[in-house]
Amino acid sequence: MNTVFSSSLETRIRNKADSMQIMSHLVLGYPSLEENRLVMDRMVDAGVHMIELQIPFSEPIADGPIIARANQESIERGFRVEEGLRFIAESVLRYPIPILIMTYTNIIMARGMEAFIKHVADMGVQGLIVPDLPLEEAGPALHWCRHYGQGHLDWIRLFTPTTPDARLHLLGREASGLVYCVARRGVTGQRTQFDPALMEFLTRCRAATHVPLALGFGVRSRDDIVSLQGQVEIAVVGTAAIEIHVAQGADAVGQFFAGLM
Amino acid sequence: MKKGYFGTFGGAYIPEILHETFRRLTEAYEQARNDPGFWQDYLHVMENYSGRPTPLTFAENLSAHFGRRIYIKREDLNQTGAHKANNVMGQGLLVRRMGKKRVIAETGAGQHGVATATMAARMGFECVIYMGAKDVERQRPNVFWMQQLGATVVPVTSGSAILKDAINEALRDWVGSMDETHYVLGTACGAHPFPEMVSWFQSIIGVEARRQILEQVGSLPQRVYACVGGGSNAMGIFQGFLDDPQVELVGVEAAGEGIASGRHASRLASGDGRQGIAHGYRTLFLQDDDGQMRETHSVAAGLDYVGVSPILAHLHATGRVRFEAADDREVIAAIKMLMRHEGLIGALESAHAVARAFAEMPSLPREAIVIINLSGRGDKDIFTIADALDDPGWRSFILDKARQYQNRPVNCLPPARTSEP
Repeated sequence: MNTVFSSSLETRIRNKADSMQIMSHLVLGYPSLEENRLVMDRMVDAGVHMIELQIPFSEPIADGPIIARANQESIERGFRVEEGLRFIAESVLRYPIPILIMTYTNIIMARGMEAFIKHVADMGVQGLIVPDLPLEEAGPALHWCRHYGQGHLDWIRLFTPTTPDARLHLLGREASGLVYCVARRGVTGQRTQFDPALMEFLTRCRAATHVPLALGFGVRSRDDIVSLQGQVEIAVVGTAAIEIHVAQGADAVGQFFAGLM
Repeated sequence: MKKGYFGTFGGAYIPEILHETFRRLTEAYEQARNDPGFWQDYLHVMENYSGRPTPLTFAENLSAHFGRRIYIKREDLNQTGAHKANNVMGQGLLVRRMGKKRVIAETGAGQHGVATATMAARMGFECVIYMGAKDVERQRPNVFWMQQLGATVVPVTSGSAILKDAINEALRDWVGSMDETHYVLGTACGAHPFPEMVSWFQSIIGVEARRQILEQVGSLPQRVYACVGGGSNAMGIFQGFLDDPQVELVGVEAAGEGIASGRHASRLASGDGRQGIAHGYRTLFLQDDDGQMRETHSVAAGLDYVGVSPILAHLHATGRVRFEAADDREVIAAIKMLMRHEGLIGALESAHAVARAFAEMPSLPREAIVIINLSGRGDKDIFTIADALDDPGWRSFILDKARQYQNRPVNCLPPARTSEP
């Protein structure tokens, strides 16, 4: 069981005074684990509240072109899951903020569902986001998260604009940690309209669960975040940070996040 | 058994955003399946548009050569020259029922892309085909035809820029466009209901073949051979004989440069496939210890895929279908022999089934009856086959042609409808 933290992800989120928290995202091994470390240091210095670390997969169906390419390049440069997990374990100890893992089902299956979840629970990882494992297939994963996480490792559920209310409630009822709200149809990295339709979706999300809401897909600027004020607890920033990192380096990523706060 | 599962294989491992789309698709498919009128419409379209039923040809000369009775199911005679037509026309009718106006598809060698483009043209749908950038280069003639048919061809540069990446890119389109778009998956793979639905449309092959062999010979065959990429043509013909335990079913995968070389696309026969989840379903994939998909190799682009139909993976596990593999060299020899003896120009994919059947002839009693599914014809793949045969005359023709193009100014060419993702 997780002995690293005494508080659950939800408690850690609720204990923060900030009215809007930022979850940032990294693709492990892109461009390298050394660069990942530099960027994470900058993100944490800038005040990011939690970080989602993506373990690359060769078939990332839910990701847009930028993150998909980052997955592929990381693998081509020799990324191995073993060293990625070591990096994650170090990260949990190094930073005072929650660390979550995002990956695809096959990466978990290759090591065995139970073994993988036990391993990351022991490390102190606080959430698992797996976009291609729907509720209907997630039974064993949920079981092992509860079993080995003892309330400290949450299986993160996703709400989307195409999810009917009844299903939002089905998903939301037993959610823990936070719920990841997908802002729109499509994959990561495309533009999102922060319009009344999005706000209406978030109202539906709020009614369907008791846990904090995180909004991802297309959050890129301070304006986006201001418009989400009061609607969600957490904004997820992924693709935009990768673009800035590639174009301008690790320091620029730090400045970018400082500017979002 | 859980819906959409075949033993431990299958399922629907899809992003939450597509949940409702799959629910509606499954509902539409089940309604169509329970509506005898739908199948009647389907048979009518296939008869009038694709020349069905396709013949079961007695291969007289090969039969004399091997001393066994060889029958060839002529899927090469379909509209666009392959069994792919059976699936796309079926899904097209379903798209009409669902009231959608746009179709997307992945394609590897281009056959499924061309078939989908003809269906879209005929039924009046907007059509976008995703194709790995490497395949766009290798299969230019099929790109040309898709564009002429009015489809937009999007070269996919992500991943390894091959078939599996085209599947991922089509899924990425679909998660943004599902309200008006149907994804016409090309084989009996992917999330439920695709494996079952595609197999249903392809079952027309096996139903015909069983009836034809009984009419022509009066008895069932000892063996039925089919090549296996994703597995739709094999599922198609095997379904005609699944309930006849005396008929042995043989699926033939691509051994590429040989199983021992590691450069192959054999998931089942090689024993190299490991259970995994990708592209929306659970099956045996060629993958490394971390769960990353491996590169596959075959002279036949249509067999060059990391996964395999979950239904075939199950039939492999239960032992109902025996899986073998034929390597590139055997396939080239078989394609030549089929041309010289029977005047049939088979596709490289289909020639895998032919090669394995030839290799196994001595193990069968004399006068034994076998059926080989010739899933596609090869003449439309002249560039690929001429390459595989390393024909010097073809080579000098292409060089001459290139010189002619270089010396001729380009004028008034219509705009190509290829667009970048």
